[in-house]
Amino acid sequence: MEIVVLLKQVPDTESMISIADDGVSIKKEDIKWIMNPYDELAVEEGLQIKEAQGGTVTILSMGPQKAIEAIRTALAMGADKGVHINDPATEGSDALATAKILSAALKEIPYDLIIAGHRAVDEDNYQVAAAVAEFLGIPQVSMVVKTELGDGKIKCHRTFEGGSVVVEAALPAMITTQRGLNEPRYASLPGIMKAKKKPVDVKTAADLDVDPASVGTANRKVKIKTLRFPPERQAVQMIEGESPAEIAAQLVKVLHEETKII
Amino acid sequence: MAQGVFVITEQRDGEFRKVSFEAVSEGRRVADGLSTDLTAAVLGSGIEGIAGELGKYGADKVVAADDQSLADYTTDAYTNVLAGLIKSLDPAVIILGATMQGKDLAGRLAARLDAGVAMDCVAVKLEDGQLTYTRPMFGGKVLADVEIEGTPQIVAIRPNVMTITEKSKDCATEKPAIQVGDVKTAILEKIMDTGDKVELTEADIVVSGGRGTGGDFAAVEELAAALGAAVGASRSAVDEGWRPHSDQVGQTGKVVSPTMYVACGISGAIQHLAGMSTSKYIVAINKDPEAPIFSKADFGIVGDLFDMVPAIAEEIKKIKA
Ligand SMILES: Cc1cc2nc3c(=O)[nH]c(=O)nc-3n(C[C@H](O)[C@H](O)[C@H](O)COP(=O)(O)OP(=O)(O)OC[C@H]3O[C@@H](n4cnc5c(N)ncnc54)[C@H](O)[C@@H]3O)c2cc1C
Ligand SMILES: Nc1ncnc2c1ncn2[C@@H]1O[C@H](COP(=O)(O)O)[C@@H](O)[C@H]1O
Repeated sequence: MEIVVLLKQVPDTESMISIADDGVSIKKEDIKWIMNPYDELAVEEGLQIKEAQGGTVTILSMGPQKAIEAIRTALAMGADKGVHINDPATEGSDALATAKILSAALKEIPYDLIIAGHRAVDEDNYQVAAAVAEFLGIPQVSMVVKTELGDGKIKCHRTFEGGSVVVEAALPAMITTQRGLNEPRYASLPGIMKAKKKPVDVKTAADLDVDPASVGTANRKVKIKTLRFPPERQAVQMIEGESPAEIAAQLVKVLHEETKII
Repeated sequence: MAQGVFVITEQRDGEFRKVSFEAVSEGRRVADGLSTDLTAAVLGSGIEGIAGELGKYGADKVVAADDQSLADYTTDAYTNVLAGLIKSLDPAVIILGATMQGKDLAGRLAARLDAGVAMDCVAVKLEDGQLTYTRPMFGGKVLADVEIEGTPQIVAIRPNVMTITEKSKDCATEKPAIQVGDVKTAILEKIMDTGDKVELTEADIVVSGGRGTGGDFAAVEELAAALGAAVGASRSAVDEGWRPHSDQVGQTGKVVSPTMYVACGISGAIQHLAGMSTSKYIVAINKDPEAPIFSKADFGIVGDLFDMVPAIAEEIKKIKA
């Protein structure tokens, strides 16, 4: 089984986000960068399938030089090799352009199964995986919580609002992860040592025959006009009283009168 | 030239999801602003009868794709049919709900139509004929105002945010010829949650419990029942095995935007806030006066949730009686 995991490096979820002077991007300097949490689930799923079925797990990531850290983390978890699309021309690409570049790279990587995150917790686009699947002409099943492989097919359990379904897709296919699928392992010390020797191919847009004039910040279809902070809430109104009953009555009164919800 | 607004609605087992009415209402506002028509699409099997309901929210026309193969959502069948409808109608703007189905569909349609998507929007603004979409990024730490170049522009709206407005139209339902095309996925089984559980992302009120519950959700459930609310949970409560993954609110769980969010024994970690910060009112109950949740709440109670939450439930029952 040839498995490819799409992986993105994103700001740590704890990071303070500051808006850069251009007003349309964030300050990248003081941020700690991590593997997108949904992609951690993707790496783990790839490794579990490989352990059960044999095969290889290839990590495909587009990002700046430092994104190699996230690729190395995945290799340390047990993935076999990496492909790193590292080209300043691709920086700032929107979801559609990102998907075009990743699918161009996938023309040269064999795959039976591609695993991606349901969303990257930076721009929160929820799109790249579906667009890659479309460009490759393969089926997709998103937000998967359980997989079963067999007979050229993958059976996926996916939850939706108010229920769940079992979907079967013909391989090659794309699936996306959500929490509940697995518990990602930590990289072990020997894993980290081994990862240093694992191969990572570095590619540019030109290597992939992608026209640099169709990608990057300047060529976004979805143009960010301004970034701003959400409006602050009014200061919290603390509800106090002598007893729980009194506080509860006071709260319900306020909710009734001010918010009109009750 | 592309023109008109096209809304993709969502129904399940013959019933529209609430976000469909939000999308049609928003579509009407955009169509009025652009002085153009609004077409709403509904896909499914045996859905012709419900199609007319969309006229109530201002659709000029409904296209009903009624076919056995569309009974349950699959990405391939729905994309094929919708792409066909969209190509023949050539709309300027496409609106759908940023639900699990909408998020699955939007990226695929975007790639097929070479269109930009503004995902999970919380506001749509029209000025001088130019549409601007507001969407949270980085877990809601910032808001981006974005414009989309070219047509069609795809806008996925966050459920529970846009106002539903009734605006009755004389609305005709068409049953166009459809192309289901090549389908590489099959639904083997569908399991619906039993009972009349309120769906988290659609609920008007959400009551969530965290580690502070110590695993005892009885009080949280009781308050939720009194309010007709959905029950949510922090990741810690899920990690402890107290609640299923589907209840998790936050950056690696569900994003909810109810009118009121009640956090019981939840500290207010940044990843939790990412899932509920667009709630209209936030109520926090926590025994620690320093808990960060209070800095994001509208109303706060310092106290033991095991005393406070049942007392609030009692009070609600009294008022509702
Ligand atoms: C990559 C990543 C993703 C994450 N994603 C999510 C996510 O999607 N959702 C999420 O929720 N978290 C997420 N987290 C975890 C998050 O950082 C916090 O650990 C988690 O939200 C804490 O849950 P909690 O508030 O229930 O628990 P705690 O932080 O332990 O807080 C418990 C609170 O209960 C109060 N309390 C205790 N007893 C009582 C009582 N009897 N009455 C009243 N109050 C009481 C305490 O004062 C405390 O404030 C994520 C973390 C990471 C690193
Ligand atoms: N630059 C990238 N390199 C590799 N994979 C990516 C990249 N951007 C997005 N992805 C994949 O697509 C998923 C969804 O991302 P998004 O659509 O940006 O929310 C991520 O979880 C990754 O698996």
